[in-house]
Formats: sequence, structure tokens, C-alpha cells
Amino acid sequence: MGLGILFQGSNFERLLGGLGVTAEIAFVSVFFACILGVLLGIVMTSRNKIIRFWCRFYLEVVRIIPLLVLLFLVYFGFAKWFNAHLDGVLVCIVVFVFWGAAEMGDLVRGALTSIEKHQVEAAYALGLSKMQTFIYILLPQSLKRVTPGAINLFTRMVKTSSLAMLIGVLEVIKVGQQIIETSLFTDPSAALWIYGVIFVLYFVICYPLSLFSKYLESRWEN
Amino acid sequence: MGKLEIMALLEIKNLVKNYGEVTALNGIDLSVKKGEVVVILGPSGCGKSTLLRCINGLEEIKSGELTLQNYGKLGKDISWVEVRQHIGMVFQSYELFSHMSVIDNILLGPMKVQKRKREEVEKQADELLKRVGLYDRKNAYPRELSGGQKQRIAIVRSLCMNPEIMLFDEVTAALDPEMVREVLDVILNLAKEGMTMLIVTHEMGFARQVADRIVFMDKGEIIEQDIPEYFFTNPKTDRAKAFLNILNYESRGTDYEQNI
Amino acid sequence: MNWQYIWNAVPRFIDATLLTLNLSLWSIILSMIIGVFCAVVLVYKIRGLQGFVKAYIELSRNTPLLIQVFFLYFGLSKIGIKLDGFTCGIIGLAFLGGSYMAEAFRAGLEAVSKGQIESALSLGLTSRQAFRYVIFPQAFAISTPAIGANCLFLMKETSVISAIAVAELMFLAKDIIGMDYKTNEALFLLVVFYLIILLPVSVYIRYLERRLRRAKYGA
Repeated sequence: MGLGILFQGSNFERLLGGLGVTAEIAFVSVFFACILGVLLGIVMTSRNKIIRFWCRFYLEVVRIIPLLVLLFLVYFGFAKWFNAHLDGVLVCIVVFVFWGAAEMGDLVRGALTSIEKHQVEAAYALGLSKMQTFIYILLPQSLKRVTPGAINLFTRMVKTSSLAMLIGVLEVIKVGQQIIETSLFTDPSAALWIYGVIFVLYFVICYPLSLFSKYLESRWEN
Repeated sequence: MGKLEIMALLEIKNLVKNYGEVTALNGIDLSVKKGEVVVILGPSGCGKSTLLRCINGLEEIKSGELTLQNYGKLGKDISWVEVRQHIGMVFQSYELFSHMSVIDNILLGPMKVQKRKREEVEKQADELLKRVGLYDRKNAYPRELSGGQKQRIAIVRSLCMNPEIMLFDEVTAALDPEMVREVLDVILNLAKEGMTMLIVTHEMGFARQVADRIVFMDKGEIIEQDIPEYFFTNPKTDRAKAFLNILNYESRGTDYEQNI
Repeated sequence: MNWQYIWNAVPRFIDATLLTLNLSLWSIILSMIIGVFCAVVLVYKIRGLQGFVKAYIELSRNTPLLIQVFFLYFGLSKIGIKLDGFTCGIIGLAFLGGSYMAEAFRAGLEAVSKGQIESALSLGLTSRQAFRYVIFPQAFAISTPAIGANCLFLMKETSVISAIAVAELMFLAKDIIGMDYKTNEALFLLVVFYLIILLPVSVYIRYLERRLRRAKYGA
């Protein structure tokens, strides 16, 4: 009864397996999003108005369209237009990278431009080339400023990956639903406990991350 | 009537104020008579602003007694909220409410605290605004005004509460020199009209002109008190002498060799 | 792309949009109330409640809306609390939105300079009066862009409520795709209608941000 449902059969392992899918989506997405984001961020500092315009446009599109809509667009859209049925996990990763790259790009751009002009000028005055200035001065300082935002993005990806269940991905909530459905007769109150446990699981993953991010921020304040 | 011992309007006895371990005010005794203008001078950190802030309850005191004539002990016989209706304060950073127009800034206190009618307060406000020359800015917003104008409005705002005593905390320190004059003129006029005031300022010429009494403080204590003529020409204590000397740029030359 | 079908589907989309807006409005109002309450508790360090508020904020920020809503809709019904989808949606959205609003408002409160409070008190205002006439209006004005961004966020999150069978925009689109196989048409209308309600809000927030920046330089 109650929480005991967790320990019936392989329920708990299955839930953890679902979390594994969540982790997979989040890690892969954030990895590529960071790489692309850094590149995008550098591009966004370009002086070319046209480039900046398209970058802004991309950012605005990502920001204004609800993520679930993006997921649906890719999932159903691709299936219809290219007659290809994409795996839900892949769709998720694609959309998350699309989203994450934009956010990371904006973060990186913000970090790069926030480093005082004087630092860059001082570096040039010492004879450093543009590339050297970037590698030794801008990059290290930007990384510090970007990291809390990046961790925050990762945490948000973990939470948003829950939406993947709505396009059929067998992540933790979907697994939970399956467990509930199979125990409708044996354990009618399963829904309360399973969803409650999943709630706690998400918290247990995300809260330490946010604490870690705050810790890093306070350490780097000095 | 001859010179009777008039009871003080504000009586401060043995005021002590701490910030943790640090003693900011170390037993202040001060009597202020009605209509008197007291100017408090002293080096930075001597506690003059702290003293003012204790008088209207913005700072909590450790021990000591503040008594307002007809009302009793401040904080005990009369609540601080009520005290502040009788003792007004004007700040260095004017602190006008930026989301309200000038007239709304002035009306807020009298209407919400003293529950006076709008027409009556507005009449008084108009009069005061005319006297400081800012009647035409009645409906302007603080962001449209210069520093000097804002400070004059801040003074009018406090005056509309009809306080018995006005406290001025370095009110010209944040102003450009051109605007200092217009604010000091307002305060001088108030003095002529008999307002009881405690003024903390750096403007020595002004202090000399407006004060009935100079109170010199250092390190949380009152070192010397005197009428302005005597204080500025012939200070009694060494510390006062040192303080006044700092302000005489001519008498101090920089002999770098000597300082080695 | 079947334009006739699109034309015929528009009324249903309008209905769904109204429901989306309804969800948004309720959740915005509720989350602002929660937010102001939490912010005041945190900034003024109201004893006893600080712990609750901090716990609430951490819980709501570190869990996905979907699970919050599932718990409310499917979980609570098992212990007799049967709430309809719309109500669950609003509770879930307000639960999530409240912590975001709290943060926005807290920042606004802390941005009001101490001098303002002191000069308000020096006029004889009580703390409550000072808060009501001087601090709150300024704090609210300062936090307007952040509050605006949160409103936009909540409007987007209403799409998640489709998962508990609330007939808002997302649900309708899924329905059309599932029942009539009109994928392109459904997706097209979905994007168009979301843009119709979200773009104006987004533009208005930009305007508010610019106005705030101008006001700051004037003050």
C-alpha cells in the first residue's frame, strides 16, 4: 500500500530507467547546446548588422514560441513532411539544442560584452593579437560569468524533458503512468504516490544543481 | 519680562548610541530653546548625523532621554510616529518620492497622517511653494527638477506638516555650488521667521550667518558650544582649533620636505 | 495545405485561445498575489513564515510543471479531492508562477533606496503607510519588466495544461492532428494563434523595459 508500490516488482528500477532517459536527453542536449551556443555567442558580437539581425530573429523565435509547440512542430511536422518517423528522444534533443544554443548564445554574448572594454584595450596595448586576447582574457572571464546561467539552463532542460512524455518518450513520468495503469486494481491510490515520488525525484536532482550554481557564483564573486 | 529660564523645547540628556562595539554618541547633553537655530559642526564621523537621526527616531538609542516640551519623553510618552509630526527632517539626498508629482509629495504627509483636508493643505502648500519660488513646478515630477529645486521642495514638504523643530542633515552637500545658495536662502528665511532648527552642515559661512549657537562635536561628544562670533574667531579647545584650521587653506602650505 | 479547412477551424481555435487566455489571466493574478506575499515575507524577514516561503520557492522552481499538474489532477483524485482540469491548471501555474513573481518583486522591493523609507517615516507615516504609498508603488514600477516577462512565461506554460485534457490551444491542435490528420493545418493555426497572443505581450514588455530605463536616468 502507499509507498510500498515503489518496491513492488521492478517498479523502482523502471522509474530510475526513466530518469536515465531524462538524463540522456538533458546531457546530450546541453553538451551540443553549449558548443553551438558559444559559437553563436561569438557570432552575435559581430559588427555586421545583417548577421546580428538574423541572430536576434532566431533568439526571439525561440523565446516566444512555447517549447511544447516546438516539440510538436518537429515531431509531427517532420513525420508529415519527410515521411520519416523520428524517435521522440531525437526530436527532444534536436529541439533542446535549438533552444539551448539560442539561450547559451545570448548568455555568451552578454558575458563577452560585459567584460570592460578597458581590459581588451589593455591587452591590445600590451601587443596581444585579437586571437590571443580572446583566448587569454575574454574566454576565461566569460566562462566564469556564463557558468551559473549554463547550470540553470541544464536544470531547466531536466525539468522540460518531462514534456517528452507527451510525444511518447519513455521517460520517468511515462514510466510512472505505466506503473499506475498496471496497478489500477491492485493499488488504486498508486497515482498519488507515484507522482509524489517522481516530484521528489526531480527535486532531488534539480535542487543540488541550483545550490551548486549559487555556490559557484558566490565563490567567483571575489 | 526679563530673561527667565525658559524651558527648553527639546532637551537631550546623556544620549548614548552604539553600532555594535563602536560608540557613536557618548553621552550627549543638549538643550534647544524655541526659535533657536543650532548648527552642529565637526569632522567626518563625529556623530553629528547620527545625533540628528536619533532625535527623530531613525536610529535606536542605547540609553539617554529625549524630551519634547508639552509632549514628554520621545519614544516613551509619545510614539516615534507622532514625534515625527513635530520634528521634521530634510536629508542630503532630498528623497522626494519619484512616482509622485511635487504637489502629491507635499500632500501625502498632511493628508494621510494628520488627516487634514486637501483644500486646506493645498492652500498652505501653494503659499510655501510661492515663497521658495517653485509654485510653477507644482505639478512637475521630481525627475524634471534640478537638485536645488528638489531640495527646496523637500523642505516645503516637511514644513507642511507644521513641525515645531526642523532637522537639516547636510542638505547642500550633494548640490552643485550654484544651487547651494538658493537652498541656504530658504533656510535663512525660516530662521528669520523663528523656526527652531538643528542644522548639520559644512558650509561655514552659512553656519556663521544663520546660527544662534554652534555646537562642535568630535568622536561622539560635544566638545565646545558657543555663539558663532566667538567660536569662529576664538575657539577655546584645541580640537576646535584644529578643525577650523583645516578649513583655512591659506594658512596651510604643503611642505613636502617637512613631512618626511 | 487545405485553406478551406483552416478557415473552418478558426472558430474552434478562437475558443481555445480564449480558454488559454482565461488560464493565463487567473494564473497571473494568483501568482502575483502569492509573489507579493512571499517577497514581503522575505524582504521584511517576517519570522515563522520565512522558512515556509523559502521552501515553497525551492520546491516550485526545481520541479516541472507537468508533474505538479499530474499530481494535482491524477494524484489528489485518489484521496477524494477531485479537481477539474482547469482548476488544476490554474493551481499548478500559480504554484509555479508564484515563485517567479516573488523573485521579481523581491528584487523590486530591495531596489527602493533606504532613503525613501526614511524620508517617508520622517514625515510621520507609519511603516504600513510608508509601504503602501511610497515603497510598494516604486517597487512595483521597478519590477514591471520582470513581472511582464513572467506573465509571458506563464502564458507559454499553459500549453502544458493540454496534458490534462483542458481544451486550450495545444490540446485542440493535438486533437485535430489525431482525429483529422490535418497536421500542417493544425500546426499552422497553432503557431499563428500563439503568436497572436504572445507577440503583443512581448512587444509591450520591451516597451516597459525601455520606459524603465528612461525613468531611471531621469531620477
